Amino acid sequence: MAELNTGDGGGKKGSKKVRSKKGNNKVDLTAMVDLAFLLITFFMLTTTLSKPQSMNLGLPDKDPDKDKNKDVKVDENRTMTILLGDNNKLVRYVGLLATPVSGGAPKDFVYGKDGIRKELLSRKEAVLQYTGNKDKGMIVIIKPSKKSNYRNLVDILDEMAIVNVPTYAIVNDFTPEETKLLGENAAPVENAVPAEVPNP
Amino acid sequence: MAIKMKKKSTSTDMTAMCDVAFLLLTFFILTATAKVPEVMPVDTPASTVQTKLPEKDLATLTVGNGKVFFDVKGKDIRKRTLELMSNKYGVKFSDDDQNKFAIMESFGVPIQSLKQILDMKPSERSKVQQPGIPKDSLDNQLADWIQNARIANIEIQDKELQIAIKGDAKEEYPVIRRVMDILQDQKINNFSLVTGLRGKEK
Repeated sequence: MAELNTGDGGGKKGSKKVRSKKGNNKVDLTAMVDLAFLLITFFMLTTTLSKPQSMNLGLPDKDPDKDKNKDVKVDENRTMTILLGDNNKLVRYVGLLATPVSGGAPKDFVYGKDGIRKELLSRKEAVLQYTGNKDKGMIVIIKPSKKSNYRNLVDILDEMAIVNVPTYAIVNDFTPEETKLLGENAAPVENAVPAEVPNP
Repeated sequence: MAIKMKKKSTSTDMTAMCDVAFLLLTFFILTATAKVPEVMPVDTPASTVQTKLPEKDLATLTVGNGKVFFDVKGKDIRKRTLELMSNKYGVKFSDDDQNKFAIMESFGVPIQSLKQILDMKPSERSKVQQPGIPKDSLDNQLADWIQNARIANIEIQDKELQIAIKGDAKEEYPVIRRVMDILQDQKINNFSLVTGLRGKEK
């Protein structure tokens, strides 16, 4: 394939040599194009993939004056509380801890598709049937304990996005009963202020 | 005869293709931004959310091993932030230091020892153990960095600075909470969590 125009040694002025030059003055560009496209592919992929993904999180205003932070009262039938513990432990209960709604007693779940997501989906349906109002969906309260890690928090927020939970909140105060549920001696996080997160 | 004809047509003129390929190549090389080496590599947790981080007007707080590192995008904004910080803490930085700061990657040292980091070569910086920016209530430099970066961004870009938290997956929640509290103390209630990409099915 190489049709590179090799020099004729120069010097000689024969008319035959001039004619042969005209015939094959083509350079094979295939390899060059191959290389160029390889580099294009590389730069395309690296530019678009290097942008990190992000997840938006909105928290409510926090007033430094504690008395001004009003606790929002909601129907207990609409709430599900998710407690995040250490070693990827996850406990959820529906309604109040002392009087959970039917089938909503504290129970361990695993993260992911077959665990908490199924439960969230079925609860979401149940709540919609209970309220009969599309604007009054399920409310999920996420309580990360001191021992839980950042991955747990992102995982559960991700589940919220996947299941499309209308309202969820990150709350930092633990009652002693809830701490017991997680089976650990995580002391309640002091100076806790309820934080409500409307789903963006 | 027919066979000979076929042989002749195998070589195509690649010139145009080559031109296009190199034009595109030039475009991508110019638009690509060089990846800055990370001082503290973190393993971000995966999520299915697809929103991308903005390129400009962004401050990134990298959280790992209980330490917080700070980074702001934009040379002018970095310079102005450093100026505001040096006024506040009474630490002087020369013009040379400011220029170094403008192009440097994220850092995690108290402002008092920032100069030592600036004097190092870029390749040496990542080797040094940086203690993280102080963030407790007595010496809350992190809050001041964020505050001043926001002021600088509004002065220069006339836009509110976006804050992103880039946490390590194994980081314990109280540290993340402390960072979120600092943000909330400044009435920043909307920020991003940097996550990795996860496949659709999981």
